[in-house]
Amino acid sequence: MNNEVSPPADLEDLKALARKIRGRVVQMSNVARTPHLGSSLSCVDILVAAYWGFLRVDPANPSDPDRDRFILSKGHAATALYATLAHRGFFDPALLDTFNCRGSLLAEHPSFGCVPGVEASTGSLGHGLSLALGMALAQRIQGRKARCFALLSDGECEEGSVWEAAMFASARRIDNAAVIVDDNKWQATGRTDEIMALEPLAEKWRAFGWTAHEVDGHNLAALLRVLAAVPDGSGRPIAVIAHTVKGKGVSFMEDDNNWHYRVPTAEEVRAAHQELGLT
Amino acid sequence: MRNAFAAAITACAAADRRIVLLSGDIGNRLFDAFKDRFPDRFFNCGVAEANMTGMAAGMAMCGLRPFTYTITPFATTRALEQIRVDICCHNVPVVIVGTGSGLSYASLGPTHHSCEDVALLRALPNMTVVCPADAAEVRAAVAAVLQVAGPVYLRLGKKGEPAVHREEPRFVVGKGIVLCEGRSVCLLGMGNMVATALEAATLLEPSGLSARVVSMHSVKPLDEDLLGEVFQRFPIVAVVEEHSRIGGLAGAIAEWLAAQSPRPPGRLLAFATPDAFLEESGSQQDARERFGLTAGAIAERIQQAGGAAC
Repeated sequence: MNNEVSPPADLEDLKALARKIRGRVVQMSNVARTPHLGSSLSCVDILVAAYWGFLRVDPANPSDPDRDRFILSKGHAATALYATLAHRGFFDPALLDTFNCRGSLLAEHPSFGCVPGVEASTGSLGHGLSLALGMALAQRIQGRKARCFALLSDGECEEGSVWEAAMFASARRIDNAAVIVDDNKWQATGRTDEIMALEPLAEKWRAFGWTAHEVDGHNLAALLRVLAAVPDGSGRPIAVIAHTVKGKGVSFMEDDNNWHYRVPTAEEVRAAHQELGLT
Repeated sequence: MRNAFAAAITACAAADRRIVLLSGDIGNRLFDAFKDRFPDRFFNCGVAEANMTGMAAGMAMCGLRPFTYTITPFATTRALEQIRVDICCHNVPVVIVGTGSGLSYASLGPTHHSCEDVALLRALPNMTVVCPADAAEVRAAVAAVLQVAGPVYLRLGKKGEPAVHREEPRFVVGKGIVLCEGRSVCLLGMGNMVATALEAATLLEPSGLSARVVSMHSVKPLDEDLLGEVFQRFPIVAVVEEHSRIGGLAGAIAEWLAAQSPRPPGRLLAFATPDAFLEESGSQQDARERFGLTAGAIAERIQQAGGAAC
């Protein structure tokens, strides 16, 4: 197992790591001609906070029954997850070059066990939270302490199954599970709040019995602070509404929903890498 | 069948701490014994079948053996996406239990009928489909499906179905159970129609037709050895099921038959529900009469189909 990237010590190192992962994500989209770049870039800081911060996971022992579970319910951000897992040492980063190639383990949406660290097959929205709750209850039944996190998109919260899960979790006080919403304010074809009445999103989670925190989803310190405190002792499950910018990190992609589907040219990759300080 | 299921799951849960029961706000008193003995392994998941099904998959991914339980259309077609993605894609051992299958709840109207469930779940990769015939088969099936490493759909009737076994049957997933031998015609029954198939066999006797009757409890995998033998040996093979003629046991056997070369001589006769919803009110027996699924109607059609020439 490639473990050359060891966990950085401080926030500046984490920020540098996030830039490196963003650069890889932009490159993967260009090489593989795949969409969802904006959605992947918006959650990179959340993934860095998870895998170098609050998750109790060990790349050398990815099947440890006591590990924390992280489910990328917004499976269309697969490139961000793959790049994160590879840099964290779950698998050889050279595998990232095979993304979306014929016969590759790495498809446009992640499959359970395709590489170490991928905990669930996702891509159809509205599934990850129920999976996480089932895993969290399993920890309870088995007397384990592991925590289970699901990363959802804001558009994903339009799926009714999310709210079935939300009601159940608070009724059963499943406080070893948490939701992170990558709230980048866009869905595939428009502004999220113009398509469905999603706002006020944090208030909705509170109304369903959850403790909801609103944070800047690009502020690593803030993310680490709220997510390290799961469970928080209240008995309530925790929802973190992470306010993010779609396409974050590349100025000409930020908050421009064309990058939900657009594939960057080689020139745009160079410009993006320059902005990210990777050249 | 549902009382037998409740007793069987409670007995199995005592020996196997991985067993978890998730119910969709039904079977309240039914599972009292389970809840008393294993309160930390029973979850009333409310009227929220998608979440129940997804959570069951998450539990199975952590090594547990969850059973989901509610009225058949809500356990199956309502949560089909979760069954497909969460359970079947991950290929985890969740047992989906549908109660009141087929026309069991005829009087409740078409929202509560399930004549498409086998077709839809059978099409899912990794899925095993088991339809026990009576309480004894339910008891045996619960133990048998715990030996299956992947997803299972267990299709139950309601309660009070006639017994087709005098003693506990030897139950192997993928193997039909021969209930009585005959020479002229073979009746392959599925689930709660096996008892009717046995009745039809009795009605055929006076006309000189002797019928073999089989409980084909496993729709997937099919007992291909048994099919190969009966389609060679019997001129008429009649499938009897409380399910649509599209995609159920008859559909599965037709797929198998079409792939045989050379084609065996046996002719397939399907006794199944039509491609239509039953809109009129009435009991399960009324519904069966409407669709020609009574022992009398089955025996008559078999005779007309040329059984007399056997």
